[in-house]
Amino acid sequence: MIRAFERLTRQGWLRLDRGLDRLFTEPYNPLYQLGALSFLYFWIVAVSGVYLFVFFDTSVTKAYVSVEYLTREQWYAGGVMRSLHRYASAAMGVTVTLHLLREFSMGRFRGARAFSWISGVPLLWLLFASAIGGYILVWDQLAQYLATATAEWLDWLPVFGEPIARAFVSDATMSDRLFSLLVFLHIAIPLFLLVGMFIHIKRLKLPRTSAGRVVSAATCAAITLVALVHPATSMAPADLQTVPALVQFDWVYLNQYPLLDRYGPGTLWSIVGAVTLLLIVLPRLSPARSEQFAPAVVDPDNCNGCTWCFQDCPFEAIVMVPHDYKKGMRQAQVNGDLCTGCGICAGACPSATPFRHVDELVSGIEIPDYPLQRLRDEASQALSRLDGGEGIMVFGCDHGADVTRLADGQVATLRLPCTAILPPSFVDYVARQPQVAGILVTGCHPEACYYRLGSEWVSQRLAAERSPHLRTSDGRSKVEQVWAGPLEGQKLEDALAALSIRSHDIRPDGEGGHNASEIASARSGEVS
Amino acid sequence: MNRGGILRLLAQAAILLGFIGAVAILTTSPAYRYREPDEAMVKLSLLHAGVRLGECRTRSDAEMADLPPNMRAAQECPRERSPLLLQLDLDGVRLIDATLEPQGLHGDGRAAFYRRLKVPAGTFSVAVRMSDDVRSEGFAYELARDVELHPGDVLVIDFDAQSGRFVLI
Repeated sequence: MIRAFERLTRQGWLRLDRGLDRLFTEPYNPLYQLGALSFLYFWIVAVSGVYLFVFFDTSVTKAYVSVEYLTREQWYAGGVMRSLHRYASAAMGVTVTLHLLREFSMGRFRGARAFSWISGVPLLWLLFASAIGGYILVWDQLAQYLATATAEWLDWLPVFGEPIARAFVSDATMSDRLFSLLVFLHIAIPLFLLVGMFIHIKRLKLPRTSAGRVVSAATCAAITLVALVHPATSMAPADLQTVPALVQFDWVYLNQYPLLDRYGPGTLWSIVGAVTLLLIVLPRLSPARSEQFAPAVVDPDNCNGCTWCFQDCPFEAIVMVPHDYKKGMRQAQVNGDLCTGCGICAGACPSATPFRHVDELVSGIEIPDYPLQRLRDEASQALSRLDGGEGIMVFGCDHGADVTRLADGQVATLRLPCTAILPPSFVDYVARQPQVAGILVTGCHPEACYYRLGSEWVSQRLAAERSPHLRTSDGRSKVEQVWAGPLEGQKLEDALAALSIRSHDIRPDGEGGHNASEIASARSGEVS
Repeated sequence: MNRGGILRLLAQAAILLGFIGAVAILTTSPAYRYREPDEAMVKLSLLHAGVRLGECRTRSDAEMADLPPNMRAAQECPRERSPLLLQLDLDGVRLIDATLEPQGLHGDGRAAFYRRLKVPAGTFSVAVRMSDDVRSEGFAYELARDVELHPGDVLVIDFDAQSGRFVLI
């Protein structure tokens, strides 16, 4: 059931991705940067919060007055900062929620990725606690409602000796010390949140914590504009002798309070507890499929300690250790718990070359279920199905557009767990096969790569910007790359047609080859 | 930049502003109705220690000698306190009838109570009573009064342990 829901929601995300890709282009599509945007909003909240703290009076009687001063008298700076503080905080709540839903839909929560998933769960609590605390500090009618309701909610737990709610029953029970404590919590909890965010990304190589200059600048400009046009304001000051009928509600962070009022604290604790527990156990409820490849293994005989696999692993699953028996040398070591079995390391290994003249083709680091030997065998098998003349070899990945449906007499296809499992030397090898007129390498978009960095590394390897890279002129002249998501079959077809034409052009004497125009027109006719 | 490029830029700006704008509006709207227009609120909240349940006993000389010098108190008093019995009536209707256990591992702490009740606005006869000794009959502390609550008013009923009286705030 979990996987069915996952698949269903994934389709929705993929359609949204396509729509926003067209509008923003892939590098600027905000849906690919939800985590980075959350970081951006956090920093906006932090900077604006420091400014507000300078002017904020941490006493019961003056807190409201100081916030009003910032909002009204100092609207051009303090008021804007207050609005940035509130709106960025709420926007962070939205992007974090979308980030969670998206990672679930894309299946990026199980196996080696469970750590990031589970470590993200406490961040939700910290985020909500930060936001609720911030609203209470304003000490207006909303704050009065929240303070009382939150205290009643906490009092249900059998851990507090005296009811916290007693602190908010009358002005006599309120104290400046309590307010100082609330301010302290409003600073301490976001700091814990920041530490938690660091832990959350700890196991990722090159985590995307910055949305980039363009997206960051545009976001800051937009939020500032909204802050000027629609500034954040307070309700009337808190008055514990009355109770407001209506409160201006933040529906991003305070959704649970209507449930609290309607069903009581016990029910709400049950709901949030169940949701939290569900999120934590989700990776176990829906574990990695058995067909997911086993962790990479290192062959010390073939590992020369080059560190390329160590540098390329997106999940920090590889460390370099002293070589088993070669004195003064190092070798890679794989942490099986962190390895996703993507094979990006195998594609980075300089010994993973099919040109080697050995009886058994073994490279320094391999995925046991998908070794270089299997790659060569499957490629040979696919090429053998071509109609005798020249054709195109297409390499794709499990998470991008499906390449297998392109296979016919002129096109050989091979679907890999991740395109980056393909060593550039293998592309050279295939390019030198006489029946190969061109090679098309595809996979998921670099911004939405299932294995985070696979597509980016492939691009850099093929462009000779990252080791290993192509070594033969055949490889360089015949290979093309196109990134296409699961719903972008048409884009892949177009790229294949273009490559067919180009392959024909660069091989005008391709006797026995196919007419590329015919291929192209035939392909466009096949597209559904 | 061509026309298509400008349109695309405008669309991007619209989406970004639309997102932030929607979030900004969501931080205050729609308003949440916490109470009905004709409702008021009564809060009964108190913190009080019941009487000690056991009698103090004078230690014998032998018992005193067995104790470390710093612990030789002449009297040994049991720590356990009585639960509180608490009742609240509004217009003769019993709304709260609770037994409040003392806090602490030895049951020697104060008993605490907090309850919030939404009531229709109007005039009420409030009667609140409490006993802090389960061994005795009846209630040692009582208050009965008519109060008028306007919509949105909060009536807080607390207990002042020093004066030994209920107070209405």
